[in-house]
Amino acid sequence: MDAEASTYTVDAAAVEPVLSALAEAFTVAEDDRAEVQRVWLDTFDWRLYRAGMTLEQTNAPEAVTLRLVGRHGERIAEQPGRMEPPGRIEQLPAGPVRERIAGPVDIRALLSMASVSGRERRVRLLDAEEKTRVRLVIEHSDQLGPLPRALPVRLVVAPLRGYGAAGRRVAGAIEAAAGVSARTEPLLELVLDGTDRQPGAYTGKVDVPLTGDLPADTGVARILLHLLDTFEANLEGTISDLDTEFLHDLRVAVRRTRSALKLLGDALPGLPSAEYAAEFKWLGDLTTPTRDLDVHQLELVPMERALVVAEPADLEPFARQLARRRRVEYRRLVRGLRSARVTRLRESWRERLVAIRDEPMADRLLEDLARERIGRAYRRLVKKGAAIDDTSPAGDLHNLRKRGKELRYLIEFFAALYDRDQLRGVVGDLKRLQDCLGRFQDGSVQTAALRTFAEELAESDGAPAATLLAMGELTAYLHRRQVSAREEFATRFARFAGPKNARRILVPEGEAAA
Amino acid sequence: MKVLATYNIKGGVGKTSAAVNLGYLASLEGHRTLLWDLDPQAAATYLFRIRARVKGGGKALVRGKRSPEAAIKGTGFTGLDLLPADFTYRNLDIVLDDARKPTRRLTQLIAPLAAEYDLVILDCPPSISLVSENVLHAADLVLVPLIPTTLSTRTLDQLTDFVADLDGHGPEVFAFFSMVDRRKRLHREVMAQLSEGRRAGGDAGLAATAVPALSTVEQMATRRAPVGAYAPGGKAAESYSHLWGEVSTRLFG
Repeated sequence: MDAEASTYTVDAAAVEPVLSALAEAFTVAEDDRAEVQRVWLDTFDWRLYRAGMTLEQTNAPEAVTLRLVGRHGERIAEQPGRMEPPGRIEQLPAGPVRERIAGPVDIRALLSMASVSGRERRVRLLDAEEKTRVRLVIEHSDQLGPLPRALPVRLVVAPLRGYGAAGRRVAGAIEAAAGVSARTEPLLELVLDGTDRQPGAYTGKVDVPLTGDLPADTGVARILLHLLDTFEANLEGTISDLDTEFLHDLRVAVRRTRSALKLLGDALPGLPSAEYAAEFKWLGDLTTPTRDLDVHQLELVPMERALVVAEPADLEPFARQLARRRRVEYRRLVRGLRSARVTRLRESWRERLVAIRDEPMADRLLEDLARERIGRAYRRLVKKGAAIDDTSPAGDLHNLRKRGKELRYLIEFFAALYDRDQLRGVVGDLKRLQDCLGRFQDGSVQTAALRTFAEELAESDGAPAATLLAMGELTAYLHRRQVSAREEFATRFARFAGPKNARRILVPEGEAAA
Repeated sequence: MKVLATYNIKGGVGKTSAAVNLGYLASLEGHRTLLWDLDPQAAATYLFRIRARVKGGGKALVRGKRSPEAAIKGTGFTGLDLLPADFTYRNLDIVLDDARKPTRRLTQLIAPLAAEYDLVILDCPPSISLVSENVLHAADLVLVPLIPTTLSTRTLDQLTDFVADLDGHGPEVFAFFSMVDRRKRLHREVMAQLSEGRRAGGDAGLAATAVPALSTVEQMATRRAPVGAYAPGGKAAESYSHLWGEVSTRLFG
């Protein structure tokens, strides 16, 4: 009903000049002041920020409000309600904010990314009839923390409906009085400016700045250091069990490290690759049981929908069993992650990689290495895939999936060396092939797991027959998925292995026009 | 969306006070409410401190040159907006007469507002005219303030006859005693008589709530705000609150 509010951030010194300027056009009526606390919420990987939004929880004496603000300070949605971070989206009360963020946030926890305390002054700008034309909120904030500092002041200008002209006048007065200091970027960016936490900085992706003319060992060391940073960034979240994705990202970092060691380790001179490979295998295996259980739990909901005869309620004993097992495995995981062995591994690994990075010995260039290894991985994948036909055993497809993963990781590691457009088609086709192989493999693995769970349930807890029957239905569903994945394989592989992708991958950058 | 009209051919009976106070109460309950001041005297507009000016005048609105949405102003009360009156509304009849469907034009203009509003309140000029006919076609419920004098019955009957003669589905007519002074015997007698008559059956509903003549209500002109905003605990606010209860049940169920 009312017009859109717009936001300006100005230096604290500009507030009185702005109010004086406004007093020339309006009567300025100040209502009340309030002490507030403000917290910005987002997922660890900044999903909301990447989607162009910041979520602010303002704790004022009369109400707690959740506000979703866009890139240029525009208000997207607002609702009363609070949550205590860290927390899942279900802890937010229902409303337009929760609805809008549900998609991007998904299963990740919302964390406190920044917080400030402050004062709000609520002002109304009146005309000659003493009619409120524009509401103005002046938000002062102080950075919390060891070195408190005053932050820019935020002015929220909300013209009443039908008073857009007055709103524009206010905007003009702000820009004139506050001059250059009037900005519209989200306050969150200013709050975090100069701190070591930058909005949007963390991403689960491999994003290593590389150039082709780097010495090969420096390049590979940088990649591995990036993966180590990712591992360490997710450690605390995994141990605190804030959401399942911390462990997922941590695990992927370990897998990528193992792949890099296997495929590129020879480029790192003097490194006892075999020892480190063994340590990272141990680390990877440490994370597997908990992650497997997380996946089972996450998939339980969509799989319940696949039940034909049984009721979702029949699976409750199974859900409880999963939860029990998960608690046990999680404790084991935490003990392992906190162990001296992991600390030693992290420290020694970092030390060695930094030494290699800073004092390269290779005379080979990174782009040569990249081209060679990617080409090799691609040819291997195509050769193995071409050998698969209807009679091939399941193991062949599982192995093919591993080869596919290796190629994919190599492409990700060296993405900075390639033209984005050049590889896009290849990456897409590879992803689709991997999805298909993944569904095929999940079929076997999860069926076997379900069998084991069912046996355990039957023996120890005397679970009701209905539960075992329902689990049986799930294995049938998985089998169907596996069969359809197998049927899709030939087409997906053919598309991936076609001449167009071959040209893209095997032709070096710059010569792609051929 | 529901449409409520405050109407009486006589002036000074409390139409605008009712429109403003019920609009305020509706918005407090969470109904997105628009009050359209159709009276060129612009009393409701004045009470909300809004300028009685519509760009292009009533003509632009009726002819479709300007949409009502563009003229709407926020009152400053959450969920309550106003479509102001303009002095050119004194010629609304003439402009409506030119329209393709002279008695339905208001209904057409209001219809798109359903996207944004749950309730539209039409504060009507005291007259019997093409504007009133439009209002009667557009409204779901016509609220008629009656000062309890001997001629009130006649006024009410005149209105119910007029409504009965309308083609199409007419609005519900709902009357209430306004500006009541219980010290006056005439008021007491007329109220008793009319209530008796309604119980025996009649064409118009009659509210159980009677709004007394109180200086608090008169103060609206100086306070320039709904009674509930400046005297929320008093008798006047209470009466309008009861009245709103009766009206909203009839409107929203």
